[in-house]
Amino acid sequence: MAANPMSQFDVYRIGPEIKIGAFDISFTNASLFMILSSLSILLVFNLGSKKNSILPNKLQLLAELSYSFVSKMISDTAGSKAKPYFAFIFSLFMFVLFCNMFGMIPYTFTVTSHIIVTFMLAAFIFIGVTIIGFIKHGFGYLKLFVPSGVPAILLPLIVVIEIISYLSRPISLSVRLFANMMAGHTMMKVFGGFVISLGVVGGWLPLSFSVALTGLEILVAFLQAYVFAILTCIYLNDALNLHH
Amino acid sequence: MVKKIYFQSIFLSFFFIKETFAAESGGMPQLNPEFWVSQIFWLTLTFGIMYLILSKLILPKISNNLESRKSQILENIEAAEKQREDSDAKLKEYDEIISNSKLEANSILNLAREKAMKDIGAKRKVLDKQIDNEIAEAEKEIDILRKNALDKINKIAIETSSDLLQKLIGTEVNNSSISAIVDDLSKKKGDKYYGN
Repeated sequence: MAANPMSQFDVYRIGPEIKIGAFDISFTNASLFMILSSLSILLVFNLGSKKNSILPNKLQLLAELSYSFVSKMISDTAGSKAKPYFAFIFSLFMFVLFCNMFGMIPYTFTVTSHIIVTFMLAAFIFIGVTIIGFIKHGFGYLKLFVPSGVPAILLPLIVVIEIISYLSRPISLSVRLFANMMAGHTMMKVFGGFVISLGVVGGWLPLSFSVALTGLEILVAFLQAYVFAILTCIYLNDALNLHH
Repeated sequence: MVKKIYFQSIFLSFFFIKETFAAESGGMPQLNPEFWVSQIFWLTLTFGIMYLILSKLILPKISNNLESRKSQILENIEAAEKQREDSDAKLKEYDEIISNSKLEANSILNLAREKAMKDIGAKRKVLDKQIDNEIAEAEKEIDILRKNALDKINKIAIETSSDLLQKLIGTEVNNSSISAIVDDLSKKKGDKYYGN
């Protein structure tokens, strides 16, 4: 079972089966790591904001640097109007980042390697951004699909392309994160399997790859969280400041 | 290099996945909908609670901390700037006082010098006058003395010559003839001896 590189993505029940109506909402390993990630985030940022000293300690510095980092990211991409959504984007970035990073620990479960989780996040963002757009601009938000300066002949084609690209946003957003996490973890598992199968003689090469991949995967874990958050900011920017 | 290997291995792993798809009945666990509802439920729950706590409790605190630090730093900078301005003003004042007192000292020095010069000039004039007076008096005295001396010398010369002649010749010589000779001689050589 351990040799199968996909078995690391198995979801299994922890404790008894819980059912509400026809729906099975049992506590699983995925739920465990969601709770662990959330609790770690809350712990780190609670400890980091407890004391307000002029010279911050390490945790406070970490919390404040993260705050400024996300704050700068939002104001750079979505402008000052996006300020009310700061808390959501901050939570989103931290949640994805911590889930990705927890997945880098051996024998853990990567929450973000499941398409349903990333798709739920992306769908929530998509629906939320669309609602914000319609609230801010009314039906004028539909102008998003009609870019200015396009020749009239090309307009029908462009509008169709724009609508398709808009509707595919949640899919691209969720699949990007899910596929990156799954591919990376699968590959690490495959190389780990090579180390075992090639043994002491030939196992050193895949082992060194495995070490390098670990570094790369940590980078990818951060980068994908960043990309997820910054794409959310860009979608929000479209809804808040209609550029087309 | 690392990137190339990375992508090659992704291909490789997908081959591997394909084989396992064929071998195992489940395939990708991600596509098994058995726990989808559970995952959605727990995601909503944990993310929702985390978001609420972060946005209501923790993030405002961090933003407060950042703001207060910023304002404190700004205040400190302001205070420092103010103090610098104060010190600049004090320095200017000090410089002014120093230059003023230098000017004052110079003027006092000049005044004192002038006064001293005036005093010296007046005293010199008085002294010069005194000296001139004294010199004039002395010259007068000298003139008188010279005149007297000439007469006295002539007298002495007449007396001594008459005495000498008496002792030499043994007879008395007429005084008037001797005095005539002396007068004549003194007139001839007086210039040489007395400078007049």
